[in-house]
Amino acid sequence: MIAGIDVGGTFTDLVLLDPRIDGGMRLVKVLSTPENQAFGVLGALAETGCDLAQIDAIIHGTTTTTNAVLERKLAVTGMITTRGFRDVIEVGRRTRPQAYGMFGAFEPVIPRNLRLEVAERMDADGKIVIPLDEDGVRGAVRALLDAGCESMVVHFLHAYANPAHERRAVAIAREIWPNGYITAGHELLSEYREYERGVTAAVNASVRPILHRYIERLQSELTARGFRRDLLIMNGNGGMVSAQIADREAAKTVMSGPASGVMAAAHTAKCCGFDNLITYDMGGTSSDVALVLNATPAVSNELALEYAMPIHVPMVDVRSIGSGGGSVAFIDDAGMLKVGPRSAGAAPGPICYGRGGTEPTITDANLVLGRINPDGLFATSGAPPIADIREILRQRIGAPLGLGADQAAAAILRIANDRMAGAIRMVSLAKGHDPRDFTLFAFGGAGPLHAMALARELGIPRVLVPGRPGITNALGCVVADLRHDFVRTFNRPLDAIDIDDVRAIFTQQAAEGRRAIEDEPIDIEDIRVLHGADMQFIGQTHLIDVPLPSPKVTRDTIQTLFETAYFERFRVELPEIRASLVNLKTSVIGQRPPIDLAMLIDPKGRKATLDEARIAARPVWFDGEWREAAIYARDLLPIDASFDGPAIVEQMDTTIVIEPGNRVATDADGNLLIHVEGAP
Amino acid sequence: MKAIDPITLGVIQAGLQQVCDEMDLTFSRAAFSPVIAEADDRSDGIYDAKTGALIAQGEGGLPIFVGTMQFSTATLIEFIRDGRALPPEKGDVYIVNDPYLGGTHLMDVRFAMPFYYKDVLFCWLSNTGHWPDIGGAVPGGFSAKATEVEQEGLRLPPVKLVKRGKMDPEIYAIICSNIRLADQRIGDIKAQLAALNIGARQLTELLDRHGAKTVQAAIGEWRKRAARQMRARIARIPDGVYRSVAWVDSDGVVDEPLKIALAIEKKCGDIYFDFTGSSPPCRGPMNSVIATTYSSVYLAIKHIFPDVPINAGTFEPLHIKEPDGTFLYARYPRPVSGCAAEVSQRIAEAVFAALVEALPDIVTAAPAGSSGNFALGGFDPQKDRPYVMYQLSGGGYGGNARQDGLTNGCSTIGISKTQPIEVLEQIYPVLFEEYSLREGSGGAGRQRGGFGINYRVRLRRGNARASFVMDHGRVGPQGSLGGEDGARNLVTVYRNGEAYVPEHLSKDQDIAIAVGDVIAVSTPGGGGFGDPLARDPEAVFRDVGLGYYTQAEARDRFGVVLLDDGSGVDAPATAALRTG
Repeated sequence: MIAGIDVGGTFTDLVLLDPRIDGGMRLVKVLSTPENQAFGVLGALAETGCDLAQIDAIIHGTTTTTNAVLERKLAVTGMITTRGFRDVIEVGRRTRPQAYGMFGAFEPVIPRNLRLEVAERMDADGKIVIPLDEDGVRGAVRALLDAGCESMVVHFLHAYANPAHERRAVAIAREIWPNGYITAGHELLSEYREYERGVTAAVNASVRPILHRYIERLQSELTARGFRRDLLIMNGNGGMVSAQIADREAAKTVMSGPASGVMAAAHTAKCCGFDNLITYDMGGTSSDVALVLNATPAVSNELALEYAMPIHVPMVDVRSIGSGGGSVAFIDDAGMLKVGPRSAGAAPGPICYGRGGTEPTITDANLVLGRINPDGLFATSGAPPIADIREILRQRIGAPLGLGADQAAAAILRIANDRMAGAIRMVSLAKGHDPRDFTLFAFGGAGPLHAMALARELGIPRVLVPGRPGITNALGCVVADLRHDFVRTFNRPLDAIDIDDVRAIFTQQAAEGRRAIEDEPIDIEDIRVLHGADMQFIGQTHLIDVPLPSPKVTRDTIQTLFETAYFERFRVELPEIRASLVNLKTSVIGQRPPIDLAMLIDPKGRKATLDEARIAARPVWFDGEWREAAIYARDLLPIDASFDGPAIVEQMDTTIVIEPGNRVATDADGNLLIHVEGAP
Repeated sequence: MKAIDPITLGVIQAGLQQVCDEMDLTFSRAAFSPVIAEADDRSDGIYDAKTGALIAQGEGGLPIFVGTMQFSTATLIEFIRDGRALPPEKGDVYIVNDPYLGGTHLMDVRFAMPFYYKDVLFCWLSNTGHWPDIGGAVPGGFSAKATEVEQEGLRLPPVKLVKRGKMDPEIYAIICSNIRLADQRIGDIKAQLAALNIGARQLTELLDRHGAKTVQAAIGEWRKRAARQMRARIARIPDGVYRSVAWVDSDGVVDEPLKIALAIEKKCGDIYFDFTGSSPPCRGPMNSVIATTYSSVYLAIKHIFPDVPINAGTFEPLHIKEPDGTFLYARYPRPVSGCAAEVSQRIAEAVFAALVEALPDIVTAAPAGSSGNFALGGFDPQKDRPYVMYQLSGGGYGGNARQDGLTNGCSTIGISKTQPIEVLEQIYPVLFEEYSLREGSGGAGRQRGGFGINYRVRLRRGNARASFVMDHGRVGPQGSLGGEDGARNLVTVYRNGEAYVPEHLSKDQDIAIAVGDVIAVSTPGGGGFGDPLARDPEAVFRDVGLGYYTQAEARDRFGVVLLDDGSGVDAPATAALRTG
């Protein structure tokens, strides 16, 4: 048995693969518990009713680190730097958040009073210019402890070229520091650029204790309930690592939830023949958008979590905007209707949840317009009647704008959709892609509520709604591959290398990766090993990625492949200048066995005809008027169902709004394919 | 032709933008010089085939190039028309850096490629890259003492560097014979060409997809919409005349401040800029060519209304009276090396200062407003080669209605990041001893200015010469609405342990530097916004805790008394001090 569990801002989702149960799969959704995510995880597992001792692997995606950074709820962390350079992570590289507009603010992850300096200096060749002041390190470490720091980071200039001082300073710190939360700047990212490396290391240090505590508590709770293995934790690159080591490289777990959703989206769409996707995941607090080309999610190691917060480890390239079901609608000082980015989250949540929410949200607007069924909400018994929510909408949003309750709710959706459409344009159009060539893959609890309207606005012709849109991130946890990436700086002119050195490094990286994967307690079907090099012409600062066919490459092959890759990218040749082999890279990927997506919706529950799946009809607001819409139960739909909008499809984890003019078809995996009218 | 549908319009607009962004990215990624590769001191765009008017420009380009390439492209077209330049053929690329022909300074070298679609000239693809050297009196080109343009370097009229796809070896040889580090230029020239080639390929794909007619129609429609949008923004400014003054430290030769006097009149939906009363042309290199003066106004307005897209339509409602007889309209042979980097930012400062009272919620107090150019040229005996290191620096932004000013923001006219110290030290024989936040430099205000930085750099090998073209050494960036000015720029050179401060404070050239000598620079802080006595005392307490200000500064500059034990604000004493 394998369980994938993803914790989102509002819900915690679980997918349990169990060959012994009917259908082979069980799905659970419970409310997240932001004060300690572990309660939600344990709750979800309890709900499956299964014996934890029987589970072979639990793969967990958590937002613990992402939230900690974005909300700056970080462990008190200190930094020790080269003398003269403690402000590197605060002053940055003289930027502003946007090209135009002389505004901007930035809060460093480690405040200035907790950044101390010691005498030491390496030069760019890795030679010692000023020896390490070891007493100075001791003093600084003690001072940070006295200041209440729980975690610390050592960040010295040119440590990528020679980490001796960083290593020694860490060794000294270990003698004094009461716990293991010591990060060395070069460990996570051994590349030059002191600001980016420093911020990445500072983020890592600041979230380590938080992630560690979280995992430790969860692991011990699981063990107490009979679970006998180590947890696996999702990373932002779409792969997973053992919980025992996850906290050491805690920064790699940033953005892991969205990454696993995109992995699941790519997997699902590929199974039904769609390789180019814009993924659109709308949850309770935010929406995430990503691009999938040729069934492969784009990965970048130059992403920034927000302005001036570069985290230079490989991550699936997901862009997030602050629009979710819980986004609060309000009238601003200028009398304009605004929606988000502030969110009512899971607590107090939208008004309609009855948990004390008083401000209208996107979810409330959807409810008032008949788009979601009040009985399907995770509402308490004390939830206010719709009439009351209508009245709040009328008073707070409608009255200042001169609108009635219905129009006010529709305006909230229009403003919210406009913002989300803009974010989608950013990842597709802005990268030179035409949205008309793509399929919009809608998921998250609220994605399918808005996807058809967005597709129409953007000119995207087709929307794919998977079997269980609300648990896609958790599904990503059980379909994602095991993945280990290795990078070694080599930095020699190609015509001066000994090719045997290169081959030895590749062989060693591959062996290390295989070993790591074989140690993981999870089945794999096959191991794939990819080799590559980062190269440049001598004198350049940027690198070009050159995939290499095997570890046994020759120098001539490398030269030819580099020249070809360079010409492909830049359309120029540079015979005048020598090539340099900067980094040698290996990725070892353990491929997981495929799962039967049709099982996401129990085939035996499906009805033979569409009429039997039609459970009700109700008035729903579309394009400025109330229209009678058929309500279908997703789980009852025949596997070959097709029908036209307007209609609503309800299921446990989401509601799908089919607009007038949309045409719906179902495929063999149980996905809904919606052709959007108005799109070409 | 029927009206273009909004989705297609959006797709084409974004597609054109993408062509430019891709050119920007290619240029930086393929470049060798860190000024371009790491600092992005370059720009790429698409220009009208007949008029040179701006069609689209990369978002990642340097803002100062906002308007300038349309002037240089227009001039090139005019030269071709009257026979001063050869007519274009497929595969040609022109090179030009003449500042008086729609340029900035000599180091900004423009390439222009006629773009043909199905054998018809459809538009021009142009780009500008800041070359690390262009010859002239000092390495790097920022001669602070030049009195004629010839001293500033090689000046190229529009000539074909590439003819039908082949580089002209004669033109190339002339260039290489006149600049320093010539053997390293080929990589950057090819990067600049690569950007144009990539742009041409992408643009061809876009045209194949939508058809030339549709794209042409979209360009026209987009231009109209940009003008309409700009007018809607301008409507927020009440009709009237708004005045301001800004000062350039000196021209580098004559040690007297240069005045920029600006009157902005808003009437009938348009705005009119008048620089009458500004200083006459100057002897040193702080003259501005007209294209740069125009661009400076455009970029300041774009900073105030950032959401208006950039194309020729954006500028239609802005009218600038030609500043004849002032240093803001330089003609041959006035030296101009400081115009793009420094005078432009004083012009922008004047625009901000004039409009901050009319638009206090969207205009800030003055930002540091200097590019902080520091060039170090010499010979590295270890690597056995000459070099020019070219270091830029940022400073504090102005406080504003929303928040305190940003610390170490980029120059007003740039977006380029500074080069990592680890990169500079890999390439050049220098060692940085400090790179830190400059305490106390943010101007006091209800919202304080952001902080500048301090850096100290030591020469490790060989001999070198240092040159500086900076500004705000005489007076700091202006505070607004009662805020204090930001700290002024400081340059000190320690030679043989003796401190030397340039006579013109922020400008000097050819300072001999020997092994072990140290150059120390402190960059300006941003102007404060609003009355410092109205600043929240808790914010002042926090600033002191972080070492931004001393306890004495809290008292003297913000009227906030802190408890001696460091535990918080002495509220009664603060109230007494502030009301007393």
